Amino acid sequence: MPNVTIIALIVLLPLAAFLLLGLFGKSLFNKGGGIVATMMMLVSAVLALYTAYQYFFVYGSTGGVYHQCIPWQITWLQFYNGLSINIGFLVDPISVIMLVVVTFISLMVHIYSLGYMKGEGRLPVYFAFLGLFTFSMLGLVLASNIFQTYIFWELVGVSSFLLIGFYYNRPSAVAACKKAFIVTRFADLGFLIGILIFSFCANTLDFSTLIQRLTATGSNEVKTAATYSFMGISALSWGAVLVFIGGAGKSAMFPLHIWLPDAMEGPTPVSALIHAATMVVAGVYLVARLFPVFAIATPGVLQIVGWVGAVSAIIAAVIACTQTDIKRVLAYSTMSQIGFMMFALGVSNYGGEQGLGYTAAMFHLFTHAMFKALLFLGAGSVIHYVHNNDMAAMGGLRKQLPITHITFLIACLAIAGIPPFAGFFSKEEILLAAYQHNTAIYYIALVTSGLTAFYMFRLYFSIFWGKPYENHSAHRHGEGGFVMVLPLVLLAVGAAAAGFIPFGHFVTSDGSRLESSVHVQFSLLPVGLALAGIFIATWMYKTDSDRPARVAASIGGLYKAAYHKFYIDEVYVFITKKILFNGIGKLAAWFDRSIVDGLVNLTGTCTVAISRGIKKMQSGKVQGYALYFLAGVIVLATLFIYVWK
Amino acid sequence: MMQPGLYHILFISTALFFMGVYGFFTRRNLVTMLMSLELVLNSVNLNFIAFNKYVWPGKMDGLFFALFIIAIAAAEAAVAIAIIINLYRNHKSIDVNDAEDLKY
Repeated sequence: MPNVTIIALIVLLPLAAFLLLGLFGKSLFNKGGGIVATMMMLVSAVLALYTAYQYFFVYGSTGGVYHQCIPWQITWLQFYNGLSINIGFLVDPISVIMLVVVTFISLMVHIYSLGYMKGEGRLPVYFAFLGLFTFSMLGLVLASNIFQTYIFWELVGVSSFLLIGFYYNRPSAVAACKKAFIVTRFADLGFLIGILIFSFCANTLDFSTLIQRLTATGSNEVKTAATYSFMGISALSWGAVLVFIGGAGKSAMFPLHIWLPDAMEGPTPVSALIHAATMVVAGVYLVARLFPVFAIATPGVLQIVGWVGAVSAIIAAVIACTQTDIKRVLAYSTMSQIGFMMFALGVSNYGGEQGLGYTAAMFHLFTHAMFKALLFLGAGSVIHYVHNNDMAAMGGLRKQLPITHITFLIACLAIAGIPPFAGFFSKEEILLAAYQHNTAIYYIALVTSGLTAFYMFRLYFSIFWGKPYENHSAHRHGEGGFVMVLPLVLLAVGAAAAGFIPFGHFVTSDGSRLESSVHVQFSLLPVGLALAGIFIATWMYKTDSDRPARVAASIGGLYKAAYHKFYIDEVYVFITKKILFNGIGKLAAWFDRSIVDGLVNLTGTCTVAISRGIKKMQSGKVQGYALYFLAGVIVLATLFIYVWK
Repeated sequence: MMQPGLYHILFISTALFFMGVYGFFTRRNLVTMLMSLELVLNSVNLNFIAFNKYVWPGKMDGLFFALFIIAIAAAEAAVAIAIIINLYRNHKSIDVNDAEDLKY
């Protein structure tokens, strides 16, 4: 069995860092706060690796099948016998993988931040927020109860909000953090209702019991659930759709993706940690966690998951080709890659060979975390050097930033899916799964992976090649020293080598072993497309020319639409401002002002009128008052004597 | 000579009470109103004494009530006259119709 103390330490060390730096940061750790937090994170990451080793190689499997264990669980809120909210740890392949990803990326970002954020005021607060985020994310992945997931889900949202708005004196950052919070919160409403529907159907909030009850054909719960429906769709499907809406909001799936590009207002290491590698895959993780329910009980909803993922992937890839802010390109690329994971889940079935998509999604999640964190941290180094986010201001940086250049190139090759880098293996598995189950999605994915290679190398050539960038500012600080270079190198090793992990042996939909092999003939087409994308990017961006402008002009309308992100933000503004604020809002305001306020005012007016009428009785004449008194006495006396006896 | 009975005394007491009330409502002079009030109080006193003597001759309750009312009436008269004097200082008048500053 897993060691409870170790798992508890993994989760609680970041929390301790948060509390320590949050409470005493200013007074005690003004200088060394970052070091303290990083040390705690290091211990947590080492323990996570140890746990993963123990799980996968020592106690996790019986007879070649990985099973879930719940080393610790307490009942937190008991509603009635059978339905309770528990707090516990759930250890299974995907949660262990996520433990490693979250702690490792978080450690890298902590180390990197020591250099990147140097000289920043409020440094202890920054590290405290990082700790809070890591704690929430770890709590989310280890949750044994769907409600515990929800609690940590919201905590993750809060810490993301705090970190996006870290530069709170910048209006754009304030707007971005509000946008991120409101959009994801709106999606979380769906998640909450989905939880309620699931718990109503299954009569439990516990993951393993819930999955067991909802996937067993002919169980009482399934029979009961089948009797409820709304608008011709069964209650279970509604629950699954609503839970997926929550996941789609957090994972920036179309059309709830609008917050992610704006979230790049946060410090760049934060973007690497939260908005590229860990938090945004929470939606994928949620669908994976409930995968048996999606695959067995509601296969129709899984189709929706697949299509939403595919549409998000291609839309984001097209937009990424036109953006000029390097962090925004990376943000759209993140959205596109998460789209890959989503549709990989969508095209998967439960169990055995048919569950390839599930394995592929988790594999891609793992490799993507490596190379996307690397891309963001590399972009951070570039921004650190250039003091600008705009591609147009950069160029020829390969001489000034050699290590960043090499690691960035590795990450680009990995995300483009060029063998033998990590992205190749996971993407091939996804494409294979799509090819086997849904040909339409497969072709969308092919186009998208070509586009991915194109926009990544557009970014690469714009930054590191072309007209040399002239550093106008007086101070030159190179690559930011050891602490900023070390994470790049470590992540580059991960991005280059992670693909060789035989992921199918460890993570499958039903826990049993899945052999995956590289099919050379199948791989030719996607790799060829990726190479084509790279060559087009080389032709257009390696040297400065008017080729990009000419290409943009030749596809005019599409380029303009993509540059304006397909006007989705404008659609949102139209819906909120014109329809919600002007239509429903004005109506509600009118109702409030005239009906609600009117009733209150009417009471007041009546009171005033009546008191005007009777105030003459207050004449100031003592004998008048005495007369009223006498009249009262006489009336009472009459009543007592003759009426009531 | 006929001994006065309970009814005689109650008759006098009632007459005294209504004389007091009449005076209280018709006089405008505050001192006179106060005197009328004393009549009302004393009619109550008479009632107490009479009932005590004719209904429960062995008890003393009525007697003590009467004594208390006399004491309170004295205190009340002192307070009332003090108020009247202050009123006179402010208004140069003790006509009750002039003292209507506290109307609405």
